[in-house]
Amino acid sequence: MSNRVLMKGNEAFAEAAVQAGCKYFFGYPITPQNEIPEYMSKRLPEVGGVYLQAESEVAGINMIFGAAGTGFRTLISSSSPGISLMSEGISYIAAAELPCVIINVMRGGPGLGGILPAQSDYFQATKGGGHGDYRLLVLAPGSLQEATEFIMMAFDLTEFYRNPVMILTDGFMGQMMEAVEFKKVKLGYDIPDVKEWAVGYMAQRGKRTLLKSLSLDPEVLEQHNQKLQKKYRLMEEKEVRFESANVDDAEIVIAAYGTTARIAKSAVKKLRDQGIKAGIIRPQSLYPFPYKPFSELPESVKHVLVVEMSCGQMVEDVELGVSRKVPVSFYGRCGGMAPSVEEIEQAAKKALG
Amino acid sequence: MPEVKIFERPKCMTDVSTHYCPGCTHGIVHRLVAEAIDEFGIQEKTVGVAPVGCAVLMYNYINTDMYEAAHGRAPAVATGCKRVRPDLTVFTYQGDGDLASIGVAEIVHAANRGENITVIFINNAIYGMTGGQMAPTTLLKQKTTTCPYGRDPKVNGYPIRIAEMLATLEAPGYIARVTVARPKYVIKAKEAIKKAFQTQIEEKGFSLVEVLSTCPTNWGMRPAEALKWLEENMIPYYPLGEFKLPD
Repeated sequence: MSNRVLMKGNEAFAEAAVQAGCKYFFGYPITPQNEIPEYMSKRLPEVGGVYLQAESEVAGINMIFGAAGTGFRTLISSSSPGISLMSEGISYIAAAELPCVIINVMRGGPGLGGILPAQSDYFQATKGGGHGDYRLLVLAPGSLQEATEFIMMAFDLTEFYRNPVMILTDGFMGQMMEAVEFKKVKLGYDIPDVKEWAVGYMAQRGKRTLLKSLSLDPEVLEQHNQKLQKKYRLMEEKEVRFESANVDDAEIVIAAYGTTARIAKSAVKKLRDQGIKAGIIRPQSLYPFPYKPFSELPESVKHVLVVEMSCGQMVEDVELGVSRKVPVSFYGRCGGMAPSVEEIEQAAKKALG
Repeated sequence: MPEVKIFERPKCMTDVSTHYCPGCTHGIVHRLVAEAIDEFGIQEKTVGVAPVGCAVLMYNYINTDMYEAAHGRAPAVATGCKRVRPDLTVFTYQGDGDLASIGVAEIVHAANRGENITVIFINNAIYGMTGGQMAPTTLLKQKTTTCPYGRDPKVNGYPIRIAEMLATLEAPGYIARVTVARPKYVIKAKEAIKKAFQTQIEEKGFSLVEVLSTCPTNWGMRPAEALKWLEENMIPYYPLGEFKLPD
């Protein structure tokens, strides 16, 4: 018998974290992710965990800094403007090499923007957000089932790399309902014992631990940056994830992630029905970005069309991958608007001329 | 005659010279915190949170597990740690720019939640590390590099009395203001710091000790003059005493 349950996205995200052994959540209300803190406030006391409502996103991410320093699994969620407020803290957490999982249920910006879904935080998630040379490992699920699996996997990844992992999703995924089955996902990586670095184990370790980001000596800071860069290169080697379909004989390839990829898949089917050979590449990891499927497109591909709920962000990475071998065009809706199947179909036909 | 040791470095202080300026009182307060941790025998179960400011390097001197927080966020970091590991003793050590300016939301809400943490708050009425700018606790008419004509309440408002402000809240367990300007005050300061840690150990909620301190370098005074200035100017505006005691 199947253990599938019908759940709202935000609640499924939260439950996946609980099932991954996360017992500590620090949140602050912001639409469209409120069901995550609401669910956690009810669920975590049941598993002997702690839900705490922070006074701001700024405080929330710093509570995560403190909680992550104990070595226990921690989660925080927010939506776009809230992630901006957390960005300073995320930079400190990455610098101090602490593990935590951050969910961004994106909404339209810039500024206060709106509360409807968007994908306009791609740059923020993948190219920095906060200050300094750090990276987040960014996963973009395409369904609620995949989201639950990515969230469970994210806890292993964040502990293995000791680097924050972001689940980049949007208001559609947060608010919609879909059947999910909570399958235990284990990466099987060799994760070092937290007692080596976490606070509270001074007696066992025989020395204290310092969880910090300050390095006043430039040589030491440069070395620390080089150490971080080494981790990012390892991620680029091991953590690239994508899905592709109908690319082998395609004349046009559509690139899209998350919600937009779901719509694009329908467009691909409709184009195929009309005899137009369309395919799709769906990046699942946004950092590290899957450049290879774009640099190794088959000869048949005449055009790449990038579709996003933004004014064009991931398109820059696709262009890097394609390296001017074929034309790359962009179709996007933003501000809470989503591209329709017909719009993508038209954009594909226009691109092929 | 056998050698008798009558004075030694606290066990949880490291054997290094501090970076603090001559006459700065951070060293005295560090020592009092270290003595309190030693006397409770909790070195290996204590976690400190260093601020941004002159005491950012506190982790070089106090030998416990330590975080170094972003500017003003030490109470949030301490909250996260303590909520996960209530068995640990968690303290923050923050200056007036860190706690009373950029970190005012974090300190008020940590106090209001009754977070079972201890806060050592150094009030020297100026930003030290950045070179002597105006702090929220800078006294009226006091000159700094960003109020060169003296603090004017019409422009910058009045110095904030943090201890009194936080004592209006229901949740805090212990709130006191002390100074280390003379040996007699140092004895009182030590008592208050011990009471603050005791409050946490007994799970009686948030504790804060505000310590009136000197910054001879940025005040432009000799160390002895600075101590005198503190007594004559800061104590009248920032009265010493206990503002909240555990039930």
